Amino acid sequence: MIANPTDAKSESLTLDGKEVSFTPGETIYEVATRHRKRIPTLCYDERLEPFGGCRLCAVEVEGSRLPVASCTTKATPGMQIRTSTASVEKHRRTLLEMVASENREIDVDPLRGYASQELSTLLDRYDARTGRFAGAQSGSSRPDDDNPFILRDYDLCISCYRCVRVCAEQEGDHAISVMSRGFHTQITTEFEGLLKHSACTFCGQCVQTCPTGALADRKAMRFAHLSGETKQTRTICPYCGVGCSVDILTKDSTMVGVLPAMDGPANLGALCVKGQFAWDFVQHPDRLATPLVRGADGELQPTDWDTALDRAAEGFRKVVDEHGRHSVYAVASGRAPNEAGYLMQKFVRAGLGTNNVDNCSRA
Amino acid sequence: MSNPLADMEKPDVIFCIGTNMTECHPVAATRLKRAIARGAKMIVADPRHIGLADLADLYLPIRVGSDAALLLAMAHVIDREGLVNEQFIGDRTVEGEKFLEHVKQFPPEWAAEITGVPAEDIERAALWYGKADRGAIYYTLGITEHICGVDNVQSLCNLALMTGNIGREGTGINPMRGQNNIQGAGDTGAIPNNYPGFQPVTDPKNQEKFRRAYGRTVDLEKGITKVTALEMAGDQIRAMLIDGENTVVSDPDRHHCEHALKSLDHLVVIDIFLTETAELADVVLPAAAWGETDGSQTNTERRVQRLRAAVPPPGDAKPDWWIISQLARRLGFQGFEFTDAKGVFNELCSLSVTYAGLDWDRIEHGEYQWPVPEPGHPGTPILHQGTFVNGRGIFHLISYRDPAETIDDEYPVWLTTGRRLQSYHTRTQTGRSAGIDYFLSEESLEIHPDDVAAWGLRDGGWARMHSRRGCVLIKVKETRRSPRGTVFASFSFNDVPVNILTGGGYDPVTQTAELKVCPVRVEPAEAPSARQGVA
Ligand code: SF4
Ligand code: SF4
Ligand code: FES
Repeated sequence: MIANPTDAKSESLTLDGKEVSFTPGETIYEVATRHRKRIPTLCYDERLEPFGGCRLCAVEVEGSRLPVASCTTKATPGMQIRTSTASVEKHRRTLLEMVASENREIDVDPLRGYASQELSTLLDRYDARTGRFAGAQSGSSRPDDDNPFILRDYDLCISCYRCVRVCAEQEGDHAISVMSRGFHTQITTEFEGLLKHSACTFCGQCVQTCPTGALADRKAMRFAHLSGETKQTRTICPYCGVGCSVDILTKDSTMVGVLPAMDGPANLGALCVKGQFAWDFVQHPDRLATPLVRGADGELQPTDWDTALDRAAEGFRKVVDEHGRHSVYAVASGRAPNEAGYLMQKFVRAGLGTNNVDNCSRA
Repeated sequence: MSNPLADMEKPDVIFCIGTNMTECHPVAATRLKRAIARGAKMIVADPRHIGLADLADLYLPIRVGSDAALLLAMAHVIDREGLVNEQFIGDRTVEGEKFLEHVKQFPPEWAAEITGVPAEDIERAALWYGKADRGAIYYTLGITEHICGVDNVQSLCNLALMTGNIGREGTGINPMRGQNNIQGAGDTGAIPNNYPGFQPVTDPKNQEKFRRAYGRTVDLEKGITKVTALEMAGDQIRAMLIDGENTVVSDPDRHHCEHALKSLDHLVVIDIFLTETAELADVVLPAAAWGETDGSQTNTERRVQRLRAAVPPPGDAKPDWWIISQLARRLGFQGFEFTDAKGVFNELCSLSVTYAGLDWDRIEHGEYQWPVPEPGHPGTPILHQGTFVNGRGIFHLISYRDPAETIDDEYPVWLTTGRRLQSYHTRTQTGRSAGIDYFLSEESLEIHPDDVAAWGLRDGGWARMHSRRGCVLIKVKETRRSPRGTVFASFSFNDVPVNILTGGGYDPVTQTAELKVCPVRVEPAEAPSARQGVA
């Protein structure tokens, strides 16, 4: 039997001079965030084990000489925490200046990914675009990886390891890893090859957690040139029965991409290659845009709704007249919404007065 | 699923059978990976060494179609070792004694002969599952797409009932539904035997309810299934209305199916593409696709969620609900004056028992898992807590049956079919999404390296595969995922219509086609000149 977290009773500590309560097991970052403190982070993704790599979330704790990483440090009773002293804020700004110096480009298109604006947003918040440090870049891009989904622009990598951790912890795929450390850090696959030769399933989770856009959604980026605001519409993935929540990205009336919904009840931010990257069938030129009826020449011809519906209805009427209502059969779709299924059965039961309806899968 | 997806992280023993979850339901599979990381043990039974088998603590490479034998022997061991949950059987089930007597005939040695799995491994699987505090079963079409699909599912239920692994967190019998809304298609009553909410059409109470609701006499008999309807096409069945399903490519025995649809007097197809099925129609009505229409759909854990339109449909394409309503009105049918998806959904809820407590506004955030019997009810993430729908859980006395067709001298190889991660069903959608071809641009037949050599084939070369119904040309792919004597292909590519070969039989109860098993003969072939799959 695996142990389950038990209900622990709450304790208290002091946060920026105010006494607050917490549940044993919570980190300082979690307690502070619950109390609306805006502690900056870069290597943190709430779905992953805290890592403590970037030190941006450092806070002061009474009795400890150096600031501590709030994302990895557990809260303890009586702790006195200061989240935003002048010295902590200065430390954060310097760190951000250094991080920024490593990168070729800071302001990347938001279509690159869900978290792609995190770094640039923090640089603005801390007014840290000073160019005070001469940059030594860590990581080099992989323009040779021609996969159609994931751009590997490691020039922008800040070694937060979120991609590696999401792949290992959330996906269990372990497709990517880190090679060497410091300024020579490089995110890579086994044998330094292409993603398609690794264990990668192209779920896109690394793209969506990357805080700089170093990993980017190539399909969405095809639409970066379109002007206008990007809108999000919450819906459910059209592929399998898991029912992952997604946000469709649109510019005007063009679909430009899909983001995982972090609060989706079935997926909690996870997606697979289909839900993440196979959305553009809706804009394929093969889409039917007009009704078709079979002409005298035996070919399907485009027509208007009136003509098509009349032809469709007339055919059913004739068959019912000649062979009775049981000679008509309806097949509903396992792909279409509930409303389609309901009306298909109503068409048969309330309309024809039979039970001759089924759906596509007998499974 | 009897239990929610979130529960997949909670079992201590996971038993997956006939599910290629890492490819077919990848996001659900990540939850199992987390359970394993927490220390859960996983048993995987599948003819192929699928991705899930790589993660398993115990892998049972069963011969295709031998699931029932494995499950009977597991029940035998659980009984013999005294791991039966007597209290659960006594309090909540019927026929328990008869069942325990019945399984005495099926020791692991007997099942080893049939399944090809060593008796010790069957024994070990039974002990793990039997001793689990929280044992959970997951399955997919590998269990149901057989002539004995119902027997297989009932065998799984027997295991859960005899160990009390149902109605509690982290346990259950959990079918993973394939298509995005296949659950909803059943929920909404698009089945011949049930009104919406699984209310049987043969129950006079329900007949009265729908007679009133629909203001007309209703049929007292069950309808026929799609399989039967296709068999009667051109004869008793003269016209069909098909919504968004590429029957011709996805159904077994494709020649038969095409012939059936062609022999209709009248065929109307609603779809987003001119599929192989739509090409046979007299009238094709263009539907709005995903992302272009409002509505709802229900996932494999019975969660009812909202679909929302983000962009307008192309040209004149319209939502399904609009198309069906318009067609109904032209036929003079009453009760189709809908103006939006919301109205349709609310009517469904008012007549369903499982959705009775829901309405359009309540499903805004997707919190509800049915049954939601009345407004204010929180929904039912875990089924069968405390009691079963029909009172008591019933043990079924299952026996093993061979597949409809078995291998012989002429067709000495087992073909099994399935899906692949990057493609979906008949590829009408994934095939039209940019980039998917990068991974998977053609079908191939997966064959064990030793068989490739023994049959005179070459990795990357071509093979001709015959069954009793037809023959296809297909590329050869060498892989140890296939065991010796069993080959695998998916049915996603129209130019390699694997379903020409399958369809040797149907489950007598559900009429699910035996897509998973088909004896074939595989021989070397020349590369085809043009892209032409049918030999
Ligand atoms: S690629 Fe992105 S997510 Fe991965 S380590 Fe670099 S910055 Fe972090
Ligand atoms: S994202 Fe993948 S796992 Fe989730 S619903 Fe879509 S196809 Fe299924
Ligand atoms: S966010 Fe805490 S160390 Fe990076």
